[in-house]
Amino acid sequence: MAVLRPAGDFDTSYEQDMSVIRKRWQWVALLLFLAALFALPAYAPEPAVSLVNRIGIAIIAVQGLNILTGYTGQISLGQAAFMTVGAYISALLVGQAGWSFFLALPVAGLGAGLVGLLFGLPSLRVKGFYLVMATLSAQFIIPWLTRNTFPNLLNGAQGMNVPVPVIKLPVIANTCFLGTTFDPETAVCLYRFATPNEFIYITLVVLIISTVVALNISRSRLGRAFISVRDNDLAAELLGVNLFAYKLRAFFIAAVYAGVAGAMLAHNLRHVNSQTVGLIDSILFMGMLVVGGLGSNLGPIFGATLVTLLEELATVLTPILITLMPDIAGGATAALRPLIFGLALMLFLIFEPRGLAYRWTLIKAAWRLRPYAR
Amino acid sequence: MNWQLLPQFAITGLLNGGPIALIALGIVLIFKSSEIFNFAHGQMLLIGAMTTWWFSADEGLGLPLWTAVLLALAVSILLGLLIERLTLRPMTGQPLLSIILMTLALGQFLQGLTILTFGTTQRNFPVIFSITDPYRITLPFTYNDNPIIVILKQNLVWSFVVAMVCVIVLALFFQYTRTGLSMRATAEDHETAQSVGIRINRVFGISWAIAGIIAAIGGVLIATASGLDLSLSIVVLAAFPAVLLGGLESIPGAVLGGLIIGLAQGLVGLPNNNFFMGPEVAQAIRNSTEIVPYVILLIVLVIRPDGLFGQKRIERI
Repeated sequence: MAVLRPAGDFDTSYEQDMSVIRKRWQWVALLLFLAALFALPAYAPEPAVSLVNRIGIAIIAVQGLNILTGYTGQISLGQAAFMTVGAYISALLVGQAGWSFFLALPVAGLGAGLVGLLFGLPSLRVKGFYLVMATLSAQFIIPWLTRNTFPNLLNGAQGMNVPVPVIKLPVIANTCFLGTTFDPETAVCLYRFATPNEFIYITLVVLIISTVVALNISRSRLGRAFISVRDNDLAAELLGVNLFAYKLRAFFIAAVYAGVAGAMLAHNLRHVNSQTVGLIDSILFMGMLVVGGLGSNLGPIFGATLVTLLEELATVLTPILITLMPDIAGGATAALRPLIFGLALMLFLIFEPRGLAYRWTLIKAAWRLRPYAR
Repeated sequence: MNWQLLPQFAITGLLNGGPIALIALGIVLIFKSSEIFNFAHGQMLLIGAMTTWWFSADEGLGLPLWTAVLLALAVSILLGLLIERLTLRPMTGQPLLSIILMTLALGQFLQGLTILTFGTTQRNFPVIFSITDPYRITLPFTYNDNPIIVILKQNLVWSFVVAMVCVIVLALFFQYTRTGLSMRATAEDHETAQSVGIRINRVFGISWAIAGIIAAIGGVLIATASGLDLSLSIVVLAAFPAVLLGGLESIPGAVLGGLIIGLAQGLVGLPNNNFFMGPEVAQAIRNSTEIVPYVILLIVLVIRPDGLFGQKRIERI
């Protein structure tokens, strides 16, 4: 699909051959799109910005899952558990140890990655369905640990409050730059990412980094090894791919993504406990991945966006359902969310099992061939 | 270690394992014939219990209990057949991930449907077994000259008996009936079964119908013991490890797995204040009922990935 180009459109240099974005107009379009996203707080209402925040965090978690499941073929239902790890690490580092959020974020990712390695260990011996079960056990054991161990530090089932991420800049020439405000107590310039309108900048920057990293993993030696493990693990091993090492790397990368997403979620919600993300979220991430398209870099973006919007649709439809069926009142959202998500995922699995990303490449190919074959 | 209470907790745990074994059996049944792991089994359980409640309760139809149970079984059979026909038959030949996600999505869908139909309120499930006067059994040995008395709730004992009767009936069904034999043949090898004239699709349908029956019975048993609300569908999470512990394809394995999980859950609940690492650790261990199945699962996966009785898989390129 990707090589379908108009006649006369050739690569003339190595850089051109390797580039992801090939045309100048594509660069312009991408930058315009990003600019529109960064300017979102200027023209969009706050609930919409908050929704974009949630979509962004979901995309990051699903990108990690895509590397593990989409490229390496190791099915995992533990992504939300690793998010919990990241969320707690960041909450502890920023809230208790007083670290800066921007330092705690990568550490939360690495910490979650190490826990991910631990639960990736069974992947040496078991695969397919049995591995699903091993990762599912992470989903039960990790939240349980946060509830029942170190009650003084983790505060049991109540969880803990998470501080607002803050940037501190020095005062230059008696003025504060970049929209920061002067804080008389500490005598520095502060920028607080308190509301969705401010948090969106963190989400977007991390999202851009994570997308670039995921894209480059998928087209490097690492990504090709992952794909070979997925397509035929025994053959991959015979070709010199160290199965165990690469499976563990996939688990590590997926858990790092989850940890980063979890830390961002904790600071976005300003609170974390063992229920913040749970089994249902792991299922949601898996659903997002399939709806978007496995093993494709656009897949997580499409899937997370569509599924989060569907969840939002459930909230929008709730009042309508309550007027139709007054009995249900409290359970309306609880009923609609799984109903809509389950139905959408089932329909995708039956009618579009390769996901939206595949449909997108088909549409692009059809556009290039217009006005001929579809 | 509190030796005085040990028999009480061990026997209660073992009896609790009965319904878990029954749930695990329902999952194994479908896996054996069609290699589909049914993550929606919890929701089938919930629907079985909810329909029983609706047929029997005054808010619903107000039928006598046994009619209600029979009608609920009929609904569950229909549900099983519909699930097989509408969602899993189109998935034939699809990769493992798609099939896993299909049953997960199905579970979500059914969960939503149940809330939509029955609401989120806790229901008073009809009392089947007396709750007021438990059985008291004095064991034939003593500890520190105190007699050991085990107190067992009636519903616990009878749930276990019903579950075990179901297991035995199913075992006989597989051993002696024509349909049961054709299901075993299908489980062995789809193509061979087809070549001797077994209609595979029918076998799949029958296994889903039987799984529906088992789920409904399991749902009713658990609802009588611990009440009926939406959390019933979560009970099944304790049965997943039981399935793997026994080996995915093995019916005796599922039963044994269920009993082992029940026993382990019972034993960690044992009061053990002076246990080896101090009161806080002891408390954490007592709180670990929900994760014990998964800890056992992890150990089994590392030591014996195929479970106690599962088939060893040989891989070729």
